[in-house]
Amino acid sequence: MSLDIWMRENPLAYVWIGSYAVALLIFAIEIAMVIHKRKITLQQVRLMRDAKNETFGNETYGDEE
Amino acid sequence: MAINWFKYAAPTTFYGLAGKMIPWFAVSAALLFCAGLYIGFFVAPVDAQQGEFYRIIFIHVPTSILSMFLYLIMAGYAALGLVFNTRLSSMMASAIAPTGALFAFISLWTGALWGKPMWGAWWMWDARLTSELILLFLYLGFIALHASIDDPRRADRAAALLAIVGSVNVPIIYFSVQWWNTLHQGSTIKFSGTTMHVVMQQALLIMLLACWSYAFAVVLARVRSIILERERNTTWITQIPGVAEFPEAKR
Repeated sequence: MSLDIWMRENPLAYVWIGSYAVALLIFAIEIAMVIHKRKITLQQVRLMRDAKNETFGNETYGDEE
Repeated sequence: MAINWFKYAAPTTFYGLAGKMIPWFAVSAALLFCAGLYIGFFVAPVDAQQGEFYRIIFIHVPTSILSMFLYLIMAGYAALGLVFNTRLSSMMASAIAPTGALFAFISLWTGALWGKPMWGAWWMWDARLTSELILLFLYLGFIALHASIDDPRRADRAAALLAIVGSVNVPIIYFSVQWWNTLHQGSTIKFSGTTMHVVMQQALLIMLLACWSYAFAVVLARVRSIILERERNTTWITQIPGVAEFPEAKR
């Protein structure tokens, strides 16, 4: 009941916090997850390349120092 | 100059193209969100009947539209992958599903927040609301089914069937307000015109474009990760930026 009173007294705060802030938070979480996934996948790919080079002795992508 | 569209159906070429497009869509989305929110909150007038509560429309309607369109696009890509056995189509379908699910969730969430002050209830087993909830479950079902099968190609085929069958729900959502007596209002903007204030229309259109741009940016970023994951055993992956410039780890 108190929420009913609060929302009618503060409609803009209700709209902002309840819907826009939540939506923007969800978007931010999704962006963070996509960036994290890319980092992890790139790391996996590099590890696989290194493992393959070690097994088959590929000189193309090795450190030339 | 003719564009060879089939060239971009290959993950090798699409990977680079997607990488070039992401910043454009991301910046567009940010700018459009700022403009849409500014117009929606500071320029658009207060609604005569609903007061300030109507401003939820600027996030509720675009996310609802996107949740339906993304499902159709996902089902289209899944069907292409199933029929023509194209790898990228199935990857696109997998990349769209999480974003579509989030849009469906935001649509339901903001709808509940709008429903409480207008109808006096967070939730009603209304045709529009229930069919949108089923859409969310279809997205979650697609993601769960795909994740439950280890072989990606088999997972693509199984999930594609669910996506195609589930696409029947989209016209049900759209026409539910016409087919059944529902609490949910019908379309405000029609081909025949609208009674909506022009500034409200502008804010709605800008927010819709912002959501589209955001969806494109996120889906393209996600599909790049999926391409990396699935093509990790190929030679071209070792030559892409982000992999090639990192020297082999010393042991």
